[in-house]
Amino acid sequence: MKKRNIFSTLLMLGAVGAVLTGCGSNNASSTNTNGSSSASEHAGKVTAVGSTALQPLVEKAAGQFQNDNKKISITVQGGGSGTGLSQVQDGAVQIGDSDIFAESKQGIDASKLEDHKVAVVGMAPVVNKDAGVENVSMAQLKDIFTGKITNWKEVGGKDEKITVVNRAEGSGTRATFEDAVLKGDKAVKSQEQDSNGTVQKIVSSTPGAISYLAFSYLNDSVKPLSIDKVKPTDENVESNKWKIWSYEHMYTKGKAKTATADFLKYMDSKDVQDNLVKKMGYISIHNMKVQKDSKGNVTNK
Amino acid sequence: MGRAICYFCIGLIIALVVCILYFITSRGIATFTQNHVNVWGFLTGSDWNPGAVDAHGNPEVGALPMIVTSFAVTILSALLATPFALGMAIFMSEIAGKKGTKFLQPVIELLVGIPSVVYGFIGLTVVVPIIRKVFGGTGFGILAGTIVLFVMVLPTITSLSVDSLKAVPLSYRQASLALGANRWQTIYKVILRTAAPGILTAVIFGMARAFGEALAVQMVIGNAILMPKGLVSPASTLTSKLTTDVGNTVMGTLPNNALWSLALILLFMSLFFNLLVRFIGKKGSIKK
Repeated sequence: MKKRNIFSTLLMLGAVGAVLTGCGSNNASSTNTNGSSSASEHAGKVTAVGSTALQPLVEKAAGQFQNDNKKISITVQGGGSGTGLSQVQDGAVQIGDSDIFAESKQGIDASKLEDHKVAVVGMAPVVNKDAGVENVSMAQLKDIFTGKITNWKEVGGKDEKITVVNRAEGSGTRATFEDAVLKGDKAVKSQEQDSNGTVQKIVSSTPGAISYLAFSYLNDSVKPLSIDKVKPTDENVESNKWKIWSYEHMYTKGKAKTATADFLKYMDSKDVQDNLVKKMGYISIHNMKVQKDSKGNVTNK
Repeated sequence: MGRAICYFCIGLIIALVVCILYFITSRGIATFTQNHVNVWGFLTGSDWNPGAVDAHGNPEVGALPMIVTSFAVTILSALLATPFALGMAIFMSEIAGKKGTKFLQPVIELLVGIPSVVYGFIGLTVVVPIIRKVFGGTGFGILAGTIVLFVMVLPTITSLSVDSLKAVPLSYRQASLALGANRWQTIYKVILRTAAPGILTAVIFGMARAFGEALAVQMVIGNAILMPKGLVSPASTLTSKLTTDVGNTVMGTLPNNALWSLALILLFMSLFFNLLVRFIGKKGSIKK
């Protein structure tokens, strides 16, 4: 009888504890990471959360990294740039993945975060194949996304209504695209989709549709547009001839330590930058001939 | 020992419900208490752009288009599904007998088991293009959402209706037939009338499911935060807005709080549906 009582008391205690931590806050998970318990410098758990655009690259790199460093375990999750930035700011994870500069996100104190740029991603406007357009000027593109141009014949295409497909408000891809194209103007209210995959599907199947995609999602089902006769290629991004691109950031709270630092160093290594980054459709940070600051000013490197 | 486990489980569930209610409410009202958004403006405004401010310096958080769309798809899909569900339920409980039920039951259960992302994908690849060809527009919109939800709420309404039809005592049927009524008269005048509260409950449960469905609707509704002008213009429901945006906002900021306020509306609606079901159940039981 006594034994049973002890057991059920323990169960109760456990339950209360579980409920309290569950209710508590985001900080709950910070305790089990980067613990001082490990004797070796190169052991520990690293969690990277955030941008779904960066997620595949980090996942692949983490897999390779763990093969050589058995003591370090890396968990990679999506959730969006906003989630990544707020989780790393709260100290809930070691690395916050983001498509945008922390400075440009409302509610984030960028001075507390350290920026590690691991890749560059280019984005291109894409249209349904039947639009009959190959090239637009930057001004025309802006007019399309602000709703001033509503038919493809106005930019030399077929007589067909333009259907604008936007990304969700606050998405990193949308922020990059709007910074480069709309330059402060408001986009027309239109469809919003949450993922590159859905956007690709909708643009390829809806006549007259236009949206924008990361280079890695370009394929035969949609038609990427040239802007002012500049083609969306990696080389043009590297020289900033193609203006719509952004960094992929991995933010840490303060300076990266031990296992986290090891992993970030690996992300910047030639091994990852020259092979994996290219293979996954991103552009190596080492190849960039220009650099961009958080306000969007571009300077030569 | 058994009792301890039982109490423990109950306690845990109650604590969980309280936590969820507290969490959503405290986050949801932050829009009004911390960011000083007008509640009325939130419910009746039609501009949604929480990251920006309007000409008067107030944040643009008007949830009306989403509320209207949510109700539109819910009510339309329930209206569309109820006749089919009722027909199936009558067939299963009154006409087909055991053999028909044996065949139809797995069919309905199969519909329940299909994940909503599959419904959404079928909607995106099949329903949307058909609507575009037949009705024009882009194909995205309330009509596509209604059709997808129709298939999703059909099994809910059907199986609950079957239960309530089966609960009608055999003596009612026997008495009706003994008085000389034929089968259809018995079904229509006696069984359906007796089971009416149960059937209504079934419809409301179906509506609750439709109101809360996120993924499948998100894929076909178009997610444009505009007042719906027709059945084939892109619109956005409360749930679809929540799922598209929540990963891109930072906890504690206005855009995030505004999303929690949408979640609070959803919570109130599901509480309302629950209360309605209880109310109808009570009324029905008094009648008997």
